[in-house]
Amino acid sequence: MSLDYTNDKELHEKLISDVLAEFPEKAAKKRKKHLGVSSTTGECDVKSNVKSVPGVMTVRGCAYAGSKGVVWGPIKDMVHISHGPVGCGQYSWSQRRNYYIGKTGVDSFVTMQFTSDFQERDIVFGGDKKLEKLIDEVEVLFPLNKGISIQSECPIGLIGDDIEAVARKKGKEHNKPVVPVRCEGFRGVSQSLGHHIANDAVRDWVFEKTDSKWEAGPYDVNIIGDYNIGGDAWASRILLEEMGLNVISQWSGDATLSEIERGPKGKLNLIHCYRSMNYICRHMEEKYGVPWMEYNFFGPSQIEASLRAIAKQFDETIQANAEKVIAKYRPLVDAVTEKFRPRLEGKTVMLYVGGLRPRHVVTAYEDLGMEIVGTGYEFAHNDDYQRTQHYVKDGTLVYDDVSGYELEKFIERVRPDLVGSGIKEKYPVQKMGIPFRQMHSWDYSGPYHGYDGFAIFARDMDLAINNPIWSMHKTPWKAA
Amino acid sequence: MTALRQIAFYGKGGIGKSTTSQNTLAALVEMGQKILIVGCDPKADSTRLILNCKLQDTVLHLAAEAGSVEDLELADVMKIGYKGIKCTESGGPEPGVGCAGRGVITAINFLEENGAYDDVDYVSYDVLGDVVCGGFAMPIRENKAQEIYIVMSGEMMALYAANNIAKGILKYAHSGGVRLGGLICNERQTDKELELSEALAGRLGTKLIHFVPRDNIVQHAELRRQTVIEYAPDSKQAQEYRDLATKIHNNSGQGTIPTPITMEELEEMLMDFGIIKSDEQALAELAAKEAAAAAAK
Repeated sequence: MSLDYTNDKELHEKLISDVLAEFPEKAAKKRKKHLGVSSTTGECDVKSNVKSVPGVMTVRGCAYAGSKGVVWGPIKDMVHISHGPVGCGQYSWSQRRNYYIGKTGVDSFVTMQFTSDFQERDIVFGGDKKLEKLIDEVEVLFPLNKGISIQSECPIGLIGDDIEAVARKKGKEHNKPVVPVRCEGFRGVSQSLGHHIANDAVRDWVFEKTDSKWEAGPYDVNIIGDYNIGGDAWASRILLEEMGLNVISQWSGDATLSEIERGPKGKLNLIHCYRSMNYICRHMEEKYGVPWMEYNFFGPSQIEASLRAIAKQFDETIQANAEKVIAKYRPLVDAVTEKFRPRLEGKTVMLYVGGLRPRHVVTAYEDLGMEIVGTGYEFAHNDDYQRTQHYVKDGTLVYDDVSGYELEKFIERVRPDLVGSGIKEKYPVQKMGIPFRQMHSWDYSGPYHGYDGFAIFARDMDLAINNPIWSMHKTPWKAA
Repeated sequence: MTALRQIAFYGKGGIGKSTTSQNTLAALVEMGQKILIVGCDPKADSTRLILNCKLQDTVLHLAAEAGSVEDLELADVMKIGYKGIKCTESGGPEPGVGCAGRGVITAINFLEENGAYDDVDYVSYDVLGDVVCGGFAMPIRENKAQEIYIVMSGEMMALYAANNIAKGILKYAHSGGVRLGGLICNERQTDKELELSEALAGRLGTKLIHFVPRDNIVQHAELRRQTVIEYAPDSKQAQEYRDLATKIHNNSGQGTIPTPITMEELEEMLMDFGIIKSDEQALAELAAKEAAAAAAK
């Protein structure tokens, strides 16, 4: 169902040069490398994963956001301590809508906020004692927790607290994993380093220090890099299970610590968000011989291709099952497409999201007849842009760590029918009279993964684009 | 009443800052000056000789017990020592934990906000070792100390440290108005110590304000937790400190913006004085030595 179109290369190249012309020379020189127009014959060679230019209003997060917010936070039966002053934990509280099943405050803690609430004296005298006390209190108040992670905020690195020593001591005392994560916000250029640090903490403090009793079966697979935003992982999991695979863990949406521990026993790691969890998959491949592959469960074209590619790693029964699953959902896909495609056909979309969706959702839009005119990542690396090349059409505007000014100007001049980005972009874009959907949090909707998710995705895009409000936003007292 | 003078003593660790500053301040108080000492060292030994005991109730120690500095009263942390010198210590964490620099900032802000600086002629800051971070530069910043006195000696590392501190002063000289009051050489009896000190003072654009000779009486007094001024008021050493105090007292407004030199320049200076040798010279001497050894065989 792939769509055939190209984008206006000349216009996009002009947009880039126009925008750069407004910058001071030095900033323009730096930013130039991060902006480009895709071409199927060449490389998608925008520069990425470097420090943001000061003053451009980047929307990037920090290492703490990458570790606590993304990787560790969703593990539901652990208590994740935001170690440091209160703000980091407070303002990142329940930001990512990682759904889970469990009794909050009893055996699950995802939507709760734990912080050591540093005061001046903790900075001056060090916070290790307070951390110990906090861990003891957590044990008393929430005895069903399966483990604790310590998510370092900036001051921990500055004053050099020895949280590893605390973790070892308290882990021994309470006989459960206590994981120190050195994800101080000042480290690295974006949240991306936080993912890496969090992955390393899983390697060093979960794999190395715990032993899973899981007995491996031939069809055991891990879902990696699905954070169950709005229930995404659930909508993905059922497809895998319907084709006869046994999902032994979800990393880390709706995950238990036991699931993380048994990861290395899987037969295959299925990576959805490559950017945030490729590190641990490479480690599992090297050390435990677990192979990994990427897949994409956004939109029917990609789901079908992914189901077949996954099935190919197993026997004929699974392969046959995959076809059955595809056939089973075909009527649903047809119904969704029939209903929404006529309403969305030919609509143009600009995306600016995190580390995966700027490419992964492209085909889902195309399945609905929509065209991607521009896309970009907050914190991707070079390998993400290489992968993007296989998704986007010729002439697509590509922007890395885009600045507030650049994005606004691009949107203003391209005037797409929809912009998919985050909360910081939402209201400026809507004020420009352009429909918008949040593509980090699914705008409080979802899931968007899997076949079930596709139906919701299609409905949401229709709701945004064809909302009658857009015919009423012209100033009535001004002559047309 | 004359305007409040704020001075600070900096210098390499172990150089004798606390001893020098307390003896000097004891001499100043004899001259009728009203003095407040702000010790900015987690070891809290900047007031020991004035109080004749180690101050236990440091600002940060008490603040940690009470909850925060907001819960403290000035009277809790200020003690009166020799001839009415007011003494405070910032205190700080035990070695290896926390952030002592932040502690200094907190403590100084507390003292200032609570009127510790009212009704004194002199505020003297005694700061640990080198200016390792922003916290220990606090007395230099934000228009606190106007004159910095660097305690040094003829030892190479003390010279390095003095030059580094001059860099710190220069950094804040234009934004805050801090000046280098001068160098105080605390004699270690190294080679050409006086000349070297004077030469460094020249290069830094300041002066050697006083050369304090080495005298064991200082240790004797210190073992009794006293300044020389108190322990042996008629001794020659006591007079040296009185001279230093007079010079500092008369040095008001005469501080300079320092002109720190590069590492290479400092090493060249030491070579000129024959303190260290150039590579060529060292090689030549080594060769001569080997030749002599070979000849002896």
